[in-house]
Amino acid sequence: MSHQCHPEVILATEVKVNEVEFNPKFVCRMIPKLEWSTLVQAADQLGHREELPGELVPDYEKNEDFLKKVHRVLLEVEVIEGCLQCPESGREFPISKGIPNMLLNEDEA
Amino acid sequence: MKLKELESCLQQVDTFEEPKILLEQYPTSPHIAACMLYTIHSSFDDIEGKLVADLGCGCGVLSIGAAMLDAGLCVGFDIDEDALEIFRRNAEEFELSNVDLLQCDLCHLEVETYAQRFDTVIMNPPFGTKHNQGEINLTKKLLIANYAFIN
Repeated sequence: MSHQCHPEVILATEVKVNEVEFNPKFVCRMIPKLEWSTLVQAADQLGHREELPGELVPDYEKNEDFLKKVHRVLLEVEVIEGCLQCPESGREFPISKGIPNMLLNEDEA
Repeated sequence: MKLKELESCLQQVDTFEEPKILLEQYPTSPHIAACMLYTIHSSFDDIEGKLVADLGCGCGVLSIGAAMLDAGLCVGFDIDEDALEIFRRNAEEFELSNVDLLQCDLCHLEVETYAQRFDTVIMNPPFGTKHNQGEINLTKKLLIANYAFIN
């Protein structure tokens, strides 16, 4: 494959919001592992930005309102049907029944 | 949750309907799965509230156990959509919201994308006995976490 795909565009035809128990410690643990702008962009594409700021707020550990919004986007909003798209190559990876399929074709591997 | 309780829950997990020999599909017994997860949880505190990866998750017995021990989120990776479909149904039946699934070939995983993202990796992988290079490639992938537990 000529380049590594980074499918950052989400095209969803079915989105579900599941309630998940809020665990602020886990959300705090996840935030440093995320690429913040990618998360916000993805949430925006799904119509669930939840007023998340473009820049990560400082001292978020104590900001319960903020952590709840991240929790929602990260754990509760789920794409059931749709696809992930690599903006560079246009390659699409389907999402079916909530499971993204990242398998490459034989000629891509 | 007690060990016995975990084991008896894991006995309810459905496994492969038609195991694929080339993918070395064999279920992890509920007893082994429960003992392994319970040790990771109670002796090392590496499950509750953690981000867990299950490499070669199959029908999901390890992920489901980790989710029951209150993993923050457990992500199951597998190449086989039939196994993932059984996993999805299992997760639905247990009403677990803290598991996610991803269909991919771990042998072609971009290591950099996942490096140091997960807190804990659990796996009962194919060991490459069917000429599928399972062990060698999966061992490389262990580098994606700080450390891992292999059954």
